[in-house]
Amino acid sequence: MKIFLKKTLMAPEGPFDLHVDLEIEDGECISLFGRSGCGKTSILRMIAGLQEPQEGLVRVGGKVWFDSARKIDLPPQKRATGFVFQEYSLFPNMTVEENLRFALCRGEETACVGEYLGLVGLKGLEQRYPSKLSGGQKQRVALARALLRHPKILLLDEPLSALDVQTRWRLQDEVLRLYEKTGITMILVSHDPFEVMKLSGRVFMLEAGRIVRSGEPQDVFCGSEWETLFRLAKNGRRPDNGF
Amino acid sequence: MPYDLTPLWLSLKLATVTTIALLLIGIPLAYRLAFSRARTKPFWEALVSMPLVLPPTVLGFYILVLLSPGHAIGAFLERVFDVRVVFSFPGLVIGSVIFSLPFMVNPVKAGFQNFPCALIEAAYTLGKSRRQTLMSVIIPNTKASLLTGIVMSFAHTMGEFGVVLMIGGGIPHQTRVASIAIYNEVEAMNYSAANFYSVILVIFSLAALALFYALYQRHGEVI
Repeated sequence: MKIFLKKTLMAPEGPFDLHVDLEIEDGECISLFGRSGCGKTSILRMIAGLQEPQEGLVRVGGKVWFDSARKIDLPPQKRATGFVFQEYSLFPNMTVEENLRFALCRGEETACVGEYLGLVGLKGLEQRYPSKLSGGQKQRVALARALLRHPKILLLDEPLSALDVQTRWRLQDEVLRLYEKTGITMILVSHDPFEVMKLSGRVFMLEAGRIVRSGEPQDVFCGSEWETLFRLAKNGRRPDNGF
Repeated sequence: MPYDLTPLWLSLKLATVTTIALLLIGIPLAYRLAFSRARTKPFWEALVSMPLVLPPTVLGFYILVLLSPGHAIGAFLERVFDVRVVFSFPGLVIGSVIFSLPFMVNPVKAGFQNFPCALIEAAYTLGKSRRQTLMSVIIPNTKASLLTGIVMSFAHTMGEFGVVLMIGGGIPHQTRVASIAIYNEVEAMNYSAANFYSVILVIFSLAALALFYALYQRHGEVI
């Protein structure tokens, strides 16, 4: 999987140039780590086709989704991505089951909806509306809905940052279990070193749109300003609890 | 003394047909205006809102001229469809649709613009087309705006006077709607008949608006 993107982005401090070049193996889970506004979410949005880079190439599983040189730009509908948004983005007019069924392709069997609900531990909540679910339950529905499309890549945009600490830890375990079970390629956007270490094999640290460090989480965080947080996480102390 | 109920039925029929036509035209138009990034967007927005500021007689005059058999559009309609639009019920519908367009388009457009963009994007990443997203996600979650558009268009058409008088001419049993009947009865100093039509319009308008606010409150809580 090849992701090369260039775009000028706006930040409160002024414009900056996003310039990233990533090679990701199939079945790998990588993290994009950095402060808010450094371009992490924009990268996911450009991969999903929700934002257009000024220049770039997005090639997933041999298929080109975006190539500025050849003027190829597939719409989001034709890119096999599963996108999990920070604010869940469940459709309020649909029940849990309807939210999942909405993700099915025309003519696809609805039986798999139950299977995916079971996968995220939401059996029995099929007829509930999103407004009647807890934050953790909503994000589980969003995960199941994203996976139901059989995406080539799962894009997670700070999926757990709106949750309380306990729920976040539980869901991190669930994401890890789903990743191991499905073997899907994942890109996780996070600003939590603990989450990055737990979920991803490689991390790309971003600053103002540039990758400043990359590699295994321990190599990247050691010697950086995040080292203290990372060591606490590594020693088994939950950073959210210890400060 | 029995009163002729035809003007009331005509008003009701005109408001119903106009509202249905406005739903079919107004929703796609509101969608285009809400999400368009075209430079010409302010011009189209101004054009849709023109009936809010123009005297109804100005609008009625131009529609009358355009749809008359002496003009290309009117002649075309008569030649191809064998329909004379002026001084007929279809003419009233065309005039009412144009005149009430902002009352449907503006609230629906505002509802679409305030709808969370993330939900639309979520639908796109689930492989759904713009049309599917509009029908299954945007419209069901902007019911309050649609309801406002429906009630305002309906009520506005019920009370229309200038445009329907110019295009319809107030022909009894054909184009003489309630508002024109009231005017005719007052002109004829037949105040009891004018009062009869007026009272019914007042009661109807009040009931329609009360129903609207009740529904609005209910949907406002759901969404």
